[in-house]
Amino acid sequence: MEKRLLLGDEAVALGAIHAGLSGVYAYPGTPSTEITEFIQTNKEAKERNIRSRWCTNEKTAMEAALGMSYCGKRALVCMKHVGMNVCADAFVNSAVTGVNGGVVVLAADDPSMHSSQNEQDSRFYGKFAMVPVFEPSNQQEAYDMMSRAFDLSEKLHEPVLMRVVTRLAHSRAAVEIRQAKQQNALNPSTDNSHWVLLPGNARRNYAELIQKQGDMLQASYDAETNDMISISNSDKGSWKGVVACGIGYNYVREALASGATDDNFAILKVTQYPLPEDGVRQLAQMCSEILVVEDGQPVVEDDVKKLLGADFKVEGRLTGRLPRAGELNPDNVALGLGMENKPVYDTAKNLAPRPPQLCQGCGHRDVYTALGEVVKEYENARVFGDIGCYTLGALPPFKALASCVDMGASITMAKGAADAGLWPAIAVIGDSTFTHSGMTGLLDAVNDNSNVTIIISDNLTTGMTGGQDSAGLNKYEAICLGLGVDPDHVKVVVPLPKNMPEITQTLRDEINYKGVSVIIPRRECIQTAARHAREKAKKQ
Amino acid sequence: MKKDIILCGVGGQGILSIATIIGEAATEAGIQLKQAEVHGMSQRGGDVQSNLRLSTDTIWSDQIPTGQTDVIISMEPMEALRYLPYLGPKGVIVTSSKTFVNIPNYPDEAALKAELADLPNVQLEIEEIAAELKSPKSANMVLLGMAAPYIEILSVEQLRKAVSVIFARKGEAVVEANLKAFDRGVEAAK
Repeated sequence: MEKRLLLGDEAVALGAIHAGLSGVYAYPGTPSTEITEFIQTNKEAKERNIRSRWCTNEKTAMEAALGMSYCGKRALVCMKHVGMNVCADAFVNSAVTGVNGGVVVLAADDPSMHSSQNEQDSRFYGKFAMVPVFEPSNQQEAYDMMSRAFDLSEKLHEPVLMRVVTRLAHSRAAVEIRQAKQQNALNPSTDNSHWVLLPGNARRNYAELIQKQGDMLQASYDAETNDMISISNSDKGSWKGVVACGIGYNYVREALASGATDDNFAILKVTQYPLPEDGVRQLAQMCSEILVVEDGQPVVEDDVKKLLGADFKVEGRLTGRLPRAGELNPDNVALGLGMENKPVYDTAKNLAPRPPQLCQGCGHRDVYTALGEVVKEYENARVFGDIGCYTLGALPPFKALASCVDMGASITMAKGAADAGLWPAIAVIGDSTFTHSGMTGLLDAVNDNSNVTIIISDNLTTGMTGGQDSAGLNKYEAICLGLGVDPDHVKVVVPLPKNMPEITQTLRDEINYKGVSVIIPRRECIQTAARHAREKAKKQ
Repeated sequence: MKKDIILCGVGGQGILSIATIIGEAATEAGIQLKQAEVHGMSQRGGDVQSNLRLSTDTIWSDQIPTGQTDVIISMEPMEALRYLPYLGPKGVIVTSSKTFVNIPNYPDEAALKAELADLPNVQLEIEEIAAELKSPKSANMVLLGMAAPYIEILSVEQLRKAVSVIFARKGEAVVEANLKAFDRGVEAAK
């Protein structure tokens, strides 16, 4: 059998291609980006004509996937965990409409917030929408599960959520490849009552969704990756129970493989939800205490507690046996199991943090240099930031930002601050973030004639995630004008040190204008510019 | 047999190419491998690292436990020190001796070098060697060559072959330059 070395993300992508995928819909976001990039460049995906272009945001992605499913074909939606918030309306309602062709929604969670603003656990969304959740523990399972997830989605006529975490998404291992399935034929639904969520239809659909919960639980019992494993280390040792979810299972096995314990362990490995309750009850009969090892938030720990009652000892993140926040790792899991990985050497003495920073020569730098100069001139000026490379403007040497909350919040927060009487209220947002979630906020500002200055720092790409296509490329002035910004107050500048006098004067003029103004500093990201130059040189 | 390796440096220094080559050699040799990388925000001039685990048995965790790393391979001396608590009792640090200063509070260089000198280490001015070879981009291959004898679970010859496989699509001249850099690293580490 063929084996390939794949990132967790790539295993998901290839698994989907081989499961008969017809389209992937996604917005870039660490640690999910490589899934869609893999499909965009994969030869088989091209031969199979799989739809793979980036979407404007996670909600448009989820809805387009639902449209493909309506037509009987298999669709994959990919995003980082916070993207689930953006597509939540479509996602939760897709469980009520149900699906025709299989739909798998892949959420890549980022415990420890390596590249994120929170560590929300996407499994909550699965419970909330009442759909099955898959959580692979390794790259092989990620690949294999994709096919099973699509099959289950079509069997139950419900979307399936697959959750991975950073350490799986961005870790490579060998994966055994199986034969690719054919794509589904075009077969549009004729069942309008399921797809039209008028209250009468929705009530009936919702009752069906509740009815299906038993089938979902049965699917968890049938899943061979949900398994009970016994590891006996000595005749003398007592038996300890562990519920190990997703990659948490690997850390448990790592610790036990070290041979540093005489205890015996019964491990319920969970990679598919609803939680296999019978397995938990069985574990409780074998052991006097259960440790729940799950990456992210204490979702299962809570469930196990409820299931076994207050008298049974359940340990985990809520009891302090494992850290309440941050990702699991082999050290904190070993500690939770009563073992310790001791360092040989202490932390080095001559060490300093090396935080990420804007590239030398990046246009965002020139924007912040100009802003820094102008903002000094106004006593109460505040710059509301957004999500992207330019969030790094919050760090020294610029220290420019008053806020950064979610995609698009710069414009709307500046608007709210202006409503409250703050002046100047300035927003800095990137081009891709603007089309993702900034346009609607700009319309609000225009309709209220809010006194805000909005800077769309346009580097012609989605930079932070590695230079993916930006949905609004070459359309920014037209979008602003279309939303009703006064044409005299839509200004374009080129962010270069030599243009500093022009940029700072434009900033002053537009801050002093009482109304909505948009300044678009436009210069290509130096990383993508270098890449484009290399590609051009190659072609010649 | 198992070998746990931490590859580290500053974003953009080319540690992932080293990981790719070791990965190719391991796959070719039928050795199990897990390689965890850092993507996203920290790539922008920040510290980057990759945990590379090689074994003849099942590898469970994608991350290396504290106090267990066999080789720290670093493109920058302070970055090598960042992972010191992960270094095992028989572990060794293989690093470029040239500092990369892009932060205002970079530690005192003499103190940093003294601390490193007290640890099991192999250091070289890899950028200078690569420049001498008129192939400045292959500094990371000098480093891989220096580390090759310590990887043990893969032979120097297996790693050398992987260098040629990985660079093959870039043409013979690039393969030759990188092999030369690799060989110089192997020689220098002796």
